[in-house]
Amino acid sequence: MSLNLVIVGAGPAGLAAAWSASQSKANVTLIDQYDQAGGQIWRGGTHAAPKRYQHLFAQQTELRYLNKTHVIGANADHLFLATPNGPQQLAFDRVILANGARELFLPFPGWTLPKVLGVGGLQALVKGGLPIAGKNVVVAGSGPLLVAVASQLKQRGAIVKAVVEQAPLGQLLRFGRSLAGYPSKIGQAAQSIAMLRNTPFYPNTWVVAAEGAGAVQQVRLSNHHSIECDYLACSWSLIANTELAQQLGCKLEHSFVLVDRGQQTSVNHIYAAGELTGIGGEDKAIVEGQIAGFAATGNYQAASQLAHKQAQARQFSQQLATSFALRPELRQLAQANTLVCRCEDVTFEQLQNQPSWRSAKLQTRCGMGVCQGRVCSSATQYLFGWGQDSVRFPIHPVSVADLVMESV
Amino acid sequence: MSSAIIVGGGIVGCAVALELAQAGVQVTLIERDCLGSGATAAGMGHIVVMDEGEAQLKLTLYGQQLWQTLTAAHPQRHEYHECGTLWVATDAEEWQLVAEKAAVYRQHLIPCEILDAAALYAHEPALRAGLVGGLLVPNDSVVYPPKSAVYLWQQAEKHAAKLVYGEVRSIQANAVQLSDGRQLHADAIVIANGQRCIELLPELPIRAKRGQLVITERYPNLIKHQLVELSYIKNAHASSGDSVAFNLQPRPNGQLLIGSSRQFDRTDRQIDQQLLSTMLRKAIDYVPALADVRCLRTWTGVRAASPDGLPLIGQHPEQAGLWLNVGHEGLGITTALSSARLLADQMLHRPAALDLQPYLPRGLQQEQR
Ligand SMILES: Cc1cc2nc3c(=O)[nH]c(=O)nc-3n(C[C@H](O)[C@H](O)[C@H](O)COP(=O)(O)OP(=O)(O)OC[C@H]3O[C@@H](n4cnc5c(N)ncnc54)[C@H](O)[C@@H]3O)c2cc1C
Ligand SMILES: Cc1cc2nc3c(=O)[nH]c(=O)nc-3n(C[C@H](O)[C@H](O)[C@H](O)COP(=O)(O)OP(=O)(O)OC[C@H]3O[C@@H](n4cnc5c(N)ncnc54)[C@H](O)[C@@H]3O)c2cc1C
Repeated sequence: MSLNLVIVGAGPAGLAAAWSASQSKANVTLIDQYDQAGGQIWRGGTHAAPKRYQHLFAQQTELRYLNKTHVIGANADHLFLATPNGPQQLAFDRVILANGARELFLPFPGWTLPKVLGVGGLQALVKGGLPIAGKNVVVAGSGPLLVAVASQLKQRGAIVKAVVEQAPLGQLLRFGRSLAGYPSKIGQAAQSIAMLRNTPFYPNTWVVAAEGAGAVQQVRLSNHHSIECDYLACSWSLIANTELAQQLGCKLEHSFVLVDRGQQTSVNHIYAAGELTGIGGEDKAIVEGQIAGFAATGNYQAASQLAHKQAQARQFSQQLATSFALRPELRQLAQANTLVCRCEDVTFEQLQNQPSWRSAKLQTRCGMGVCQGRVCSSATQYLFGWGQDSVRFPIHPVSVADLVMESV
Repeated sequence: MSSAIIVGGGIVGCAVALELAQAGVQVTLIERDCLGSGATAAGMGHIVVMDEGEAQLKLTLYGQQLWQTLTAAHPQRHEYHECGTLWVATDAEEWQLVAEKAAVYRQHLIPCEILDAAALYAHEPALRAGLVGGLLVPNDSVVYPPKSAVYLWQQAEKHAAKLVYGEVRSIQANAVQLSDGRQLHADAIVIANGQRCIELLPELPIRAKRGQLVITERYPNLIKHQLVELSYIKNAHASSGDSVAFNLQPRPNGQLLIGSSRQFDRTDRQIDQQLLSTMLRKAIDYVPALADVRCLRTWTGVRAASPDGLPLIGQHPEQAGLWLNVGHEGLGITTALSSARLLADQMLHRPAALDLQPYLPRGLQQEQR
């Protein structure tokens, strides 16, 4: 009987894993909650994916692709799925987790106004058809995503009024110099920067408040500039979607899934790749995905040949983390009445005197609403230094009927 | 007695802290996690008069009266909501139970109303067709227990009670040892740490009974009362094996809490999918519209069950100065205030409102010593 390998997430990491696993005789199932494969960067345009993964989009292989399927939980040998045809349990021998990252939101006055969005959120809306031509946009926060998305928006006709980066200039220059070691990154960065030639770029600067009646109209910055705009796109950092890994019992380190050189987590037979193990973008996702796919199917020889690339990708990931580390001033942005949990309307003031995240949840209901703390738990971790609470099933809201599994 | 240490800051420990501090005792409460984070955070918070025997009925009724007094000034601080309980009868046999239950309640002057099928659907149109009737007990209510626990604690603090964060490792005469090496002394020690009491006193006849609950998004108009199946007691209190019973609660903010299940001797947090499915299938059977209701999360909690279902309230039979308030099973929110009062009455040599006999510590297991 061949090995049952399940890959969660059809982004770069998951697709790369599927490709290398398909070199063996494994029985591979690839799952993604979206209709289309591709993940954060390749979804919506297969041309963007390297050639050798394109056949995976076309599903020409033996691979079973379950799209529009949410993995909502797991135990030691089953994944629990919410599929368009109802709930399902999927038995596995091995799992590769490649379910990516999301944006970190930090609360500041006005962050809940309409048209204040995540950078990736606005990117996705624009890809999905939101008309952005002629609109004034401020892109703010931290990390290479700002420049990448700002240039994409500009390409689509947006007027990018400013790119606002909290990291100090010295750190950015050092990061720029380090790119010399990663040829593929230089090309991307150069393109984006060329596109943003005439766009004001403020390093060492951050948003202090978003203001406006009904929707954002103006953004105030720490350098005392005020900028009028139609959209404020904010991204402070990316955080890994570790809920499923935690449910499987995988150890985390600094909020990322801990893996060995074969991408295996602390739990036997559970592997992780891509943003889940550390933010490092497409290259890291691909090499880690490939290694995970090889290692999970026993092809250690092939996996070890990628060790050098893997080390490079991880080093880059480290550099990203230190270059764009969040400055302590950002902890002071929220005012007493600034909402921290927008699902349950919990303000900064209500949380300030709580002893722990668990207590905050129980006493104020912070993180207990529709998003189940996906937004505010990371923010409070940063603001108050609180640890995490246990992860509860299901990791995405589903209907009662979707929790009724046929007997095992 | 001038000082007391209370082990455990759940609803019971906090209630005992207030009773003793109010009476002038120097109270130290010890909590390993945060206040109200154990079973108190996991339960449904249904304040319900339960009639599985006279002693249970009296303790829960007394508890309910004390809750009404406690919450009267600031109901919203407890998210107190007098939604009443509606016991639902599915067939002739359960219809018979309605009459019997009503007779018992009336005997104790507890308001209740027998509903025939038409009246049942007038009250709760979301119930499935074909039910025969029910019993409405309007004074039952719900609270949000972790908030109430902290409220009780804050009142105790006004009477100079002190909170110490730490884990009690062992009990000595008039002292407790914490895992970090600290030793604290007092005239009396009160064990109120819920199911974990057996870690400190393995001779106690307490077993874990794990439950699983589901919370949904907001559906403010689906149901009005806490709906419970009439066979609840029969289904919930089997003495072995896994069981489920239909128990559906409308939270004041419109969320729904779906219960309930019981599993012996499990304290882990892994959801049992099969049992969850059985429980939810039953809930959908009673209220078909639940199928499309969106669930935010599930969780588990552990009840501390004594063999006869009644808590142990009083002095340890073999250790003077060591007091117990444990074993509240699935009713510890309801009975927190009444049991705390009855314990304080004993510790302070005050007359008690109820006959204490049925609740005194009993059934210690000799061979485990
Ligand atoms: C909002 C956002 C925007 C980004 N934009 C860019 C960009 O413009 N350029 C760039 O270079 N990098 C961008 N990145 C970084 C990007 O994450 C990586 O470059 C790359 O996509 C990482 O690949 P991955 O396979 O690790 O994760 P992803 O590409 O994120 O793939 C993860 C996949 O898992 C699926 N998934 C997650 N959870 C579940 C579940 N429980 N059940 C089923 N499926 C699940 C998701 O639908 C997704 O398709 C962005 C990241 C984010 C969060
Ligand atoms: C699923 C479920 C549903 C329920 N529904 C209801 C209901 O609707 N109505 C109702 O009345 N009751 C209900 N209950 C029962 C009720 O929740 C419990 O009986 C009640 O919470 C018990 O309170 P407690 O203070 O004794 O225990 P806990 O709340 O468990 O408190 C014990 C505390 O002691 C602490 N602790 C433990 N060991 C130590 C140590 N060694 N040192 C220091 N601190 C320690 C813990 O951290 C905890 O905070 C339900 C219970 C469950 C599980």
